Amino acid sequence: MDTYYKPQHLHQFGEIAEGNGPLAKKFFDYYGAVFAEGALTEREKCLIALAVAHTIQCPYCIDAYTTGSLEKGADLEQMTEALHVATAIRGGASLVHGMQMLEQVRKKGM
Amino acid sequence: MLDLNSVEAGPKRATSLRSRRSPLALPEEQLRILDGVDLAGGDFDRALEGAGLPVLRPAGVEVFQINVGRLCNMTCRHCHVDAGPDRVRENMDRATIDACLAALDRTDAHTVDITGGAPELNPHFRYLIDACVARGRHVIDRCNLTVLLLPSQRDLPAFLAERGVEVVCSLPHYRQRNTDAQRGDGTYDKSLRALRLLNEAGYGWGDPRRVLTLMANPAGAFLAGSQAAMEAEWKREMARLHGVTFDRLFCLNNMPIARFLEWLLESGNLQGYMERLTAAFNPGAVAGLMCRNTLSVSWDGRLFDCDFNQMLELEADVERPHVRDFDPGALAARRVVTARHCFGCTAGNGSSCGGSTT
Repeated sequence: MDTYYKPQHLHQFGEIAEGNGPLAKKFFDYYGAVFAEGALTEREKCLIALAVAHTIQCPYCIDAYTTGSLEKGADLEQMTEALHVATAIRGGASLVHGMQMLEQVRKKGM
Repeated sequence: MLDLNSVEAGPKRATSLRSRRSPLALPEEQLRILDGVDLAGGDFDRALEGAGLPVLRPAGVEVFQINVGRLCNMTCRHCHVDAGPDRVRENMDRATIDACLAALDRTDAHTVDITGGAPELNPHFRYLIDACVARGRHVIDRCNLTVLLLPSQRDLPAFLAERGVEVVCSLPHYRQRNTDAQRGDGTYDKSLRALRLLNEAGYGWGDPRRVLTLMANPAGAFLAGSQAAMEAEWKREMARLHGVTFDRLFCLNNMPIARFLEWLLESGNLQGYMERLTAAFNPGAVAGLMCRNTLSVSWDGRLFDCDFNQMLELEADVERPHVRDFDPGALAARRVVTARHCFGCTAGNGSSCGGSTT
């Protein structure tokens, strides 16, 4: 393997069934059901997936849900706003842990 | 009109493939490039066969589509017609329009779909509309919106409204970025001004005699979305952002020919886009393909299975494919001419001049 990530793996994802077909089928059935139109639209689910993809920094998912979001009618500005939501949550998650720091500093300091 | 011939008229930015003398102006060059893409499953007829479907044949002429010319006030980057202000020669004359009307009288087509270029710039456009309306046919004007702002077209919304003509307008997105990227800077604002003129003329408010349809195609190398899913969002956002109302949304895929093919080549997207189209082949989209219910006439009167075949010079497979020699029986028995570009209409939700085919 000359590189850990290969773009063609995204299109070959279904081949993961080679090791365990029944579990793969359960997973892909579940996956398909999750992204079907429901209380949320397919477009809203794509934008959530795009934001999560950046949070977990999965290049396959970024590839898939960039195209997916465009094909569901989102434009760059809307997609970028979704990313900023993820970025804000990631940054906020770091910053809010500062409360632990602050509490300790307050306890240990004079 | 744009004067490209005289030195006195000064230099011009010529943007059609034809006026740039691009090899892609030739249909055979476009077909050669498409056939040269290394593509698994890239034979359209075999894809039909593999899905258990018969060869494509027409089901009957429901829509009589007349492309009255390639003259346009715009030069959009994705244009499959390679239309532009310099395409002054390719404009349907009155004799050919009368031949179209005579042919129309020999069909049961419920709709006459008038397209271009900007069809409004053909000098016989209004004559054609009046003749079709007098025959009781539903008429569609495929409008680029910005043409409505030309001084010569000021009265056009009222003209169309009085005759119950459906206006089908191109708009890639309800937000600015994608529209201007595809159709040129400033197009978005002009399009909104034109849509407001149509709203003022009674279009877009649910009146069946004033139907305003928006036609969205992707601004890039990806498939069109589901029009059923997107229409409610578009209506909400067009009203919220711009105070504009419309009746329905059509979504269609970009066809990998003419200027969109040029963009695919220049941007390095041709291989990926063709793979996307073939991988997304949807057998369920085949029955509703427009080549099965539409007959397409070119500015010079030739007959084609669709507007895309027209641009690729793939004439209808009958002995004399010309509107002067109109033969309903021969046309009904013909086989639709196919090539790789046909994957553009069968991908995803299916794609046609009437929107998705599923």
